[in-house]
Amino acid sequence: MHEVAGTTPEGDFIINVGPQHPATHGVLHLVITLEGETIKKIEPHLGYIHRSIEKMCESLTYRQFIYVTSRMDYLSAHINNHACALCVEKGLQVEVPLRAQYIRVMMDELTRIASHELWWGALAMDVGAFTPFFYAFRERETINEIMEETCGARLTMNYMVPGGVMADIHPQFQQKVNFFIALYKKKIEEYNELVTGNIIFQNRMKGVGFLSAENAISYGCSGPVARASGVACDVRKRYPYDVYEQVQFEEVIETGGDSFARYLVRIREMEQSVHIIEQLIDNIPEGDFQAKTKAVLKLPKGEFYQRVETARGELGVYIVSEGGTTPYRIKFRSPGFSNLSALNEMAKGGKIGDLVATMGTLDLVIPDIDR
Amino acid sequence: MISLEALKNEVQNWLQLHVGSTMALIAESVLLGILVIALFAVLGLLLVFMERKVSAVMQIRLGPNRVGPKGWLQTSADTLKLMLKEGLTPDGADKFLFNLAPFIIMIAAMLIMVPVAFARNFQIWDINIGVLYISSVASISVIAILMAGWSSNNKYSLLGAMRSGAQIISYELSAGIAVITMIILTGSLSVNDIIASQENGWWIFKGHIPAIIAFVIFMIAVTAETNRAPFDLAEAESELTAGFHTEYSGMKFALFFLAEYINIFIVCAVAAILFFGGWMPFHIGHWQAFNHIMDYIPSSIWFFGKTFFLIGLIMWFRWTFPRLRIDQLLNLEWKYLLPISLLNMLLMTIVAILKWYL
Amino acid sequence: MSIQQYIQDVYGAIKSLLKGMCVTGYYFLHPKEIITEQYPDNRATLKLAERFKGEVVMLHDENNEHACTGCTACELACPNGTIKIITQFDITPEGKKKKALNTFVYHLELCTMCNLCVEACPTGAIVMAQNFEHSVYDRKQLIKTLNKPGSKLRAGVE
Repeated sequence: MHEVAGTTPEGDFIINVGPQHPATHGVLHLVITLEGETIKKIEPHLGYIHRSIEKMCESLTYRQFIYVTSRMDYLSAHINNHACALCVEKGLQVEVPLRAQYIRVMMDELTRIASHELWWGALAMDVGAFTPFFYAFRERETINEIMEETCGARLTMNYMVPGGVMADIHPQFQQKVNFFIALYKKKIEEYNELVTGNIIFQNRMKGVGFLSAENAISYGCSGPVARASGVACDVRKRYPYDVYEQVQFEEVIETGGDSFARYLVRIREMEQSVHIIEQLIDNIPEGDFQAKTKAVLKLPKGEFYQRVETARGELGVYIVSEGGTTPYRIKFRSPGFSNLSALNEMAKGGKIGDLVATMGTLDLVIPDIDR
Repeated sequence: MISLEALKNEVQNWLQLHVGSTMALIAESVLLGILVIALFAVLGLLLVFMERKVSAVMQIRLGPNRVGPKGWLQTSADTLKLMLKEGLTPDGADKFLFNLAPFIIMIAAMLIMVPVAFARNFQIWDINIGVLYISSVASISVIAILMAGWSSNNKYSLLGAMRSGAQIISYELSAGIAVITMIILTGSLSVNDIIASQENGWWIFKGHIPAIIAFVIFMIAVTAETNRAPFDLAEAESELTAGFHTEYSGMKFALFFLAEYINIFIVCAVAAILFFGGWMPFHIGHWQAFNHIMDYIPSSIWFFGKTFFLIGLIMWFRWTFPRLRIDQLLNLEWKYLLPISLLNMLLMTIVAILKWYL
Repeated sequence: MSIQQYIQDVYGAIKSLLKGMCVTGYYFLHPKEIITEQYPDNRATLKLAERFKGEVVMLHDENNEHACTGCTACELACPNGTIKIITQFDITPEGKKKKALNTFVYHLELCTMCNLCVEACPTGAIVMAQNFEHSVYDRKQLIKTLNKPGSKLRAGVE
């Protein structure tokens, strides 16, 4: 490793971006080797927000540990909880009622839209346009209100429980979601006019941070990052869970591999999410929202793995059970970590401005990487 | 009707009568110095407040609304805070240059005020190379920025300063050529002559398409020259934290901040003079009654109105567009703005030779 | 690059920029689109969702009676050790010893509002309240006793 400050023996600049830096969206520390403005090497340093969530989970019961996972990738808290709930259900062999499955999938997709909205605003801010951030948050607020009404919280909902969801949907849920869909369809035009079509934005994004399909696979990238390089890896399509098998949606794939492709994947993914919600919202079946489970959950001895598609990519939950009430070992495979590891490959040879644009399209959530 | 011109004459006559001509000159100079500094302070407060309000409304927010009525005292409170803050000098910094830089950028901004005509016959000095003077003094600020970036002993600052240097030097070309394009029509570099030549119509209307192109290019170039978004690469907070003034704090930072806004005011004033007739009222051909009413509005209001309109335009740019990358910035200048402005200058020469502009 | 391409580039660029300016310009001219909520001022009209998880409270009826039997299900369900239940032994009229609630200690500073305790409660004694203004000057004030002084178990609750 290089010395952290100063210059390399070749006379190149070494710059520490972060852990406190406006572009890193959290406490990520990048050690960058620069030649002029051109980046020669990037070394991410992690650990600034490590809370040992995996170890913490080992001392929590199967009902309790789910809430902790909201604090990993806090922008897709629902989806994290969903993954854990699914994994526990796999061990318990519980059949989740159809109504609960519908609610779960809709909540997942709403979370995905909310997460992508925030990413969109933050990306625009990274490349220097402040105003889109506020527009994005305005629409995100509508989703947050829906969440608040049904789940009782805006960010860390803890709504998914083993066997279903914690509470039935609010009576106004359907109406509000339909209102949001109508609003979203109106506002996406505005987004495209303000940012997508903007010549400066396109120039900042196109041909920047290229990641080939081979590299995407070898670095273990997933989610929009891999799909922008042409790798079909949507868990919702490949390994469907809950009612994803029954809904019609398109797996968004771009072949550009650059930042603009990643941008387009996420923008189009939001449309697909809206499409999924549209199919489900008016057809929620009657029934229970939660399957009957025992008060104290005990997983049989063995190993259980469940993957889901979060807003950032593939999240895997791996539980080793010794038959007790708490997991013997838990491992989370977080999408952000693998996506970040490809950053050096993407940003090498670009300018500092490119690094910021590339990092923005990776959609990093640092607590997800560090856990 | 009170006008700035009458006020100026009153003061001048009173001084001439009571203290003699030499002393009058000295007194006037001191008075001018005080007035310029006061104008700076007022403009700084006003423009920062304006920017915050404009950006707030564009971003569907309210903006400052707690300090004073409708938030009007917000910027004064901020200034007070900055004055009371400690002006840190980093250990590794080149102390002399580090402390000098904010003053140089401020002095450069002050010097540009000299030939600007704020109202009819109200000008510090009607220098006969007025516009040339403005372009040349405006480029002093790049020295201050380079100084600040270098002396801070911070890599972010250095990168910001280097970007700024490349940027200002390139964009000065097209700004200069846009100015020359208008000089072809006026035939004089003196600010007063330029304004006088627009008595029967502003150049933006009289100068046909070349004048409009020159105006657009001028606005783009001066936005870049004043380091404003979308050309704010020198500070680029998402890339370089705060660019060349990362290490500055307290009043030293405030001077940089103030100088940015004063520079915006000045370049917009220059644009108003070149393209919108400075303090010249808006006249339409032979509508005598209409023209007469327009004449009644004081010339200073015309000048400030036009300038603030242009400032609003620059703010509109800032809160809409993303930032360019450094190589794209230079591409834009050398591959687009410069050839277009050169061609435009040629067009304008044809217009001037054929006397199409009357 | 041909001249035509060059002109098309410039035209397209200017058009896309103007489109963006139209969007921000629209909001500039329509101040009614402003969405700012002036929070401390609108406190009187602020309405939170009824399910909003602000803090755990214990329901008391007009006779100062609650439904908590002191079964410690919530204490066991809590992932953070937020709840501490101190029990005592009451003597029932039949002369039997019976476990009952003495003090329900709730550490608001540790609570993550996960709602698991409310779910676990067999008698519905505790619910989530909508109060979200929890800032205090002393950390000790965040340690709350949920059962009111002098309160007792409602008759009929097992």
